[in-house]
Amino acid sequence: MLVFAGMFVIIILQLANLQIFSSKYKIMADDQGRFRKVIYPDRGIVYDRKHKAILQNMTIYDLMVVPNKVRGVDTFALCRILDIDTATFSKKIVELIIKNGRGRPSIFDALLSDEKMAMLNEAMYKFVPGFYLQERPVRSYPFDAAGNILGYLSEVDTNFLKSHKDEGYQIGDYAGKTGMERTYEKVLMGQRGIEYWKRDNKNRLTEKLENGKYDTTAIAGDNMHLSLDIALQEFGEMLMQNKVGAVVAIDPQTGGVLAMISSPTFKPKYLTGADRRKHYAELLLNPALPLLNRTVNAKYSPGSTFKTLQGLVGLHEAVITPTTTFSCSGAFYGCGKPMRCLDPGVWSLRGAITHSCNTYFANVMQRVINNPKYPSVDSSLNQWAKFMNAFGLGHRLGIDVPTERSGSIPTSITYNKIYGAGHWNFCTFRSVSIGQGEVEVTILQVANEMAYLANKGWFITPHMVDSIEGGDKFSMLANFKEKHRPLDINDSIFESVHDGMQGVMDGGTGRYAQVPGVVVCGKTGTVENAYNGVKQKDHAFFAAFAPRDNPKIAIAVICENAGFGSTSAAPIASLMIEKYLKDSISGKERNAKVLQISNLNLIPPRIYKELRKMDSLRHAKDSTYLISKGYIKIVKDTIGLDADDEADALDKIKKEKESKKALPPKDSNDNKRLEKVEAILPDEKKKPEPKDTVKN
Amino acid sequence: MNQKNPAIGKGVDWVMIWLYAILVMVGLLCIFSVEYRTTDGVVESFLGFKKNYSKQLFYFIACIVLATFILLTDSKLFTATANISYLVGIALVLATFVVGKEIKGSKSWIPLGFMNLQPVELCKIFTSLALAKYLSMPDMDFRKPQSQIIAAAISFAPAALSILQGETGLALVYFSFLIPMYREGLPPGYLITGAAMAVLLIASLLFSTTVLLIAFAVLGAVFIYFNRRQIKRSNQLLIGVISIWGFCSVFVGVVVPFTFKNVFKPYQADRIFSMVGVDNPFADKNSTGIFNQDDQKAKQKKSDKQNYNVKQSKIAIGSGGILGKGFLKGTQTQGDFVPEQHTDFIFTSVGENFGFWGSTLLMLLYMGLIFRIISIAERQRSTFSRVYAYCVASIIFFHVAVNICVTIGLAPVIGITLPLLSYGGSSLLTFTILLFILIKLDADRQMVLR
Repeated sequence: MLVFAGMFVIIILQLANLQIFSSKYKIMADDQGRFRKVIYPDRGIVYDRKHKAILQNMTIYDLMVVPNKVRGVDTFALCRILDIDTATFSKKIVELIIKNGRGRPSIFDALLSDEKMAMLNEAMYKFVPGFYLQERPVRSYPFDAAGNILGYLSEVDTNFLKSHKDEGYQIGDYAGKTGMERTYEKVLMGQRGIEYWKRDNKNRLTEKLENGKYDTTAIAGDNMHLSLDIALQEFGEMLMQNKVGAVVAIDPQTGGVLAMISSPTFKPKYLTGADRRKHYAELLLNPALPLLNRTVNAKYSPGSTFKTLQGLVGLHEAVITPTTTFSCSGAFYGCGKPMRCLDPGVWSLRGAITHSCNTYFANVMQRVINNPKYPSVDSSLNQWAKFMNAFGLGHRLGIDVPTERSGSIPTSITYNKIYGAGHWNFCTFRSVSIGQGEVEVTILQVANEMAYLANKGWFITPHMVDSIEGGDKFSMLANFKEKHRPLDINDSIFESVHDGMQGVMDGGTGRYAQVPGVVVCGKTGTVENAYNGVKQKDHAFFAAFAPRDNPKIAIAVICENAGFGSTSAAPIASLMIEKYLKDSISGKERNAKVLQISNLNLIPPRIYKELRKMDSLRHAKDSTYLISKGYIKIVKDTIGLDADDEADALDKIKKEKESKKALPPKDSNDNKRLEKVEAILPDEKKKPEPKDTVKN
Repeated sequence: MNQKNPAIGKGVDWVMIWLYAILVMVGLLCIFSVEYRTTDGVVESFLGFKKNYSKQLFYFIACIVLATFILLTDSKLFTATANISYLVGIALVLATFVVGKEIKGSKSWIPLGFMNLQPVELCKIFTSLALAKYLSMPDMDFRKPQSQIIAAAISFAPAALSILQGETGLALVYFSFLIPMYREGLPPGYLITGAAMAVLLIASLLFSTTVLLIAFAVLGAVFIYFNRRQIKRSNQLLIGVISIWGFCSVFVGVVVPFTFKNVFKPYQADRIFSMVGVDNPFADKNSTGIFNQDDQKAKQKKSDKQNYNVKQSKIAIGSGGILGKGFLKGTQTQGDFVPEQHTDFIFTSVGENFGFWGSTLLMLLYMGLIFRIISIAERQRSTFSRVYAYCVASIIFFHVAVNICVTIGLAPVIGITLPLLSYGGSSLLTFTILLFILIKLDADRQMVLR
């Protein structure tokens, strides 16, 4: 009896041990007996302001294989279609068996191109049941434009998974990498559905666990409406082709971005579908940096476009009135060494803006900085910087396009760092008064500045997304509804600024930006720039808004190294304004202008030189060398990619190269190239070297 | 059915019948839960005789008919035919050597067309009866070694044959006959010696001969040292110790290697070794390389498979938790993860579907059944009935204990069924007959005096 009872007690104790006290069996059981199937909802569709879909979903196909059913398939025909030899075929099958097992479907060839798909579809009967085609939804771009804005999807990596721990991403998932896809990932992604399936001992899914009691349904992503005008964007990209630069157009009344062109750019299709890795590597290594969004991620000296704001600060600080005049005899002599000025004369604010008088604005800023209201130059400069910050400069505006940079507005800290406390005064940084030196802006900030001027004293944070269908669940749009009124400035003051800007168009430097039948207010700028002491051709700058009464568009254009602004940046702005306001370009002459501008090639010769050099060397060699020199990292930092998405693509290149045992080229050419590459990086640290001469 | 017939029902122990019926029903449900998929139609499948649960249902019906016949039989028949039936049983076992069919590695089955019969399984009944008959002989004196040897011979003859057929699991069951013998006056010394021998045997399989010889010498020396005063007083103890030591050494050093090398065939030796979980050190190293390799591989495969079984079984039971996943909701059961789940590993479906409480309840049912049998045994007036009852209790106990210990990982994999629950006609039939003979004997306990 005791033996019997004892045995039963032992059994019950072990049962308790297994079933109550150890949890590992439950985990093991769930691991092998349950399968958590993620159901991906359709991503949201993105529309432009005229309700054209500009980013939507498309289905392409993967060729799937079930290795244990391959026997009897016409392998030869398949290899011919896929353009591989039979040895590669067998090798691949073996690899898949090792990776995934015989009985389970694996991807034999992912994201089939259209031609392969067409050929396969026709011949598919020869390959069943071992092979079949499986749909895979991808993003498609109905318009071949706005690649830099819309962004693309890519597979999540470990860093992404780490930073989005609780959002249900898994390895193999796709997430927005840049542009709208990235910023509005949460909105577009929708809500994943999860189905729990039972799985049997051969790893087959048998049926839903408890009839789907624990399942959650997938909810499609929300559609979004952008303020972007895709027609304007396409038009702008056409105008900007063969130029290095950027255009931002904003609707001043809403802050919505109408067009955002960064040139050179890339076809959005490049980074989706079958060949994206190849394309990505190409784009990444292109010396013209097509992946860099120059509208928000590049910093430029604002040049003369900055002068309007200087005037406003002067008026607000009451160091000048709209009627205050300064005379210019050809240069600004306030600091000993003269600062040249091209239009001698006696100017009030209006005339000074029209003629872009350096002397006038140097005097204004000198008065602001040396204002007796403030105890020291430090405090007056910081006050000045505060005003500039309020105008949206020197900090990120908060646009919903990723990788925005802040630009810079110098403060006392900046100069204390460079010259030491007490070792500087207005004359040290007088070039700032005309938008050179330590002041740096993004094109977006300049466009926003124009919107501010157009609205006579307020602006709304520029943004892409106007509305989200189904409501702003993540309150991502709240910041884009609020009007910012930095300074309380009388409308009449704005009127005189507008007068000045209109004057630019009528008789001043901006004649080329006139739009027939529209009153445009604009400001040209031609910004000197030098790289490593080597003077480069000037950047052409133009900023404007139109029409003057009831402004509908504010625009900023930069053409890098394009020289005189009137021939490139100004006409581009003009054409874009016309296109937006009138929906088309009218007149023979204007259409000829479109053709002329779009055919105009302003790519700096150094970029061609680099391209040639890259071509002349073996591509593989090059990229390896660039990797070894940390170039890729620099490029990535610049472009603002936060993860090593394509590292494997580059690794592959590297490996190829290693197998060839080619030594990296060590001649001086390469060093030069690297320097030059650095030179076009916009956040290059400049030495405080006053550049005094500004044309216009 | 038989409840309504007063002629059969008279004196019958209803508790036993209820326990029996409940356990078989539980078994049916378990087999059903193993095999059922949501796409199956329940009624057709149950009547279709294609699924195991359907077959088991028909076996059960057959068993009820048989049980009714047993209850209608005169209980004297069992005593009268005990010896003959035992001989028939042995004959059947022997017959398997000729007409046997090999199922799962053991050639111990006789194909009957509609089912496969395992004579060793049935032989448990005959052996129980024969043992009861022998021990209840009027001039029996079980203290005599001669009687003990005959009793042991009756008990272990089928087991020996079974081992020769490669069915070691069932052979082990025959050890349970030691319990009724103990009840009938077998000196506990035998049990202790038996246990010690078993330990010695297993140890000799597990450890190398040298290690054991040294261990015995050390143990003996230590024993002598601590008992040196008593040894001074009488030499007998010393002689005893030395003779035990000598026996152990000879056993380990000579008998075991000799037996394994010369008496057993290599595969039998392998089986025995794999049962304790080690490789056969006496395997013929001189056999051809390829054969040896294949052999090694096969052995490896078998051991992997057994590990897999136990692991899956533990996962299924462990994942049941306290309350279980609910009937037909066990993912492991439904996913066919546990091999042989409808037969030897049927307990896993109870563990998974009904959790700790269900498993415990089942254990209590078995315990209730066994204790009920023992209490029945103790109220018998005849030795035959008592011995027989003890045999039944021991067999059921041995089956339950070993089977469940295997599924929860407390014992090496031994292929024996869980009484009344496991799928299988032979097993269900055997236990039905065992129990109903007992019930009949019990029902007639007042009338018949033997």
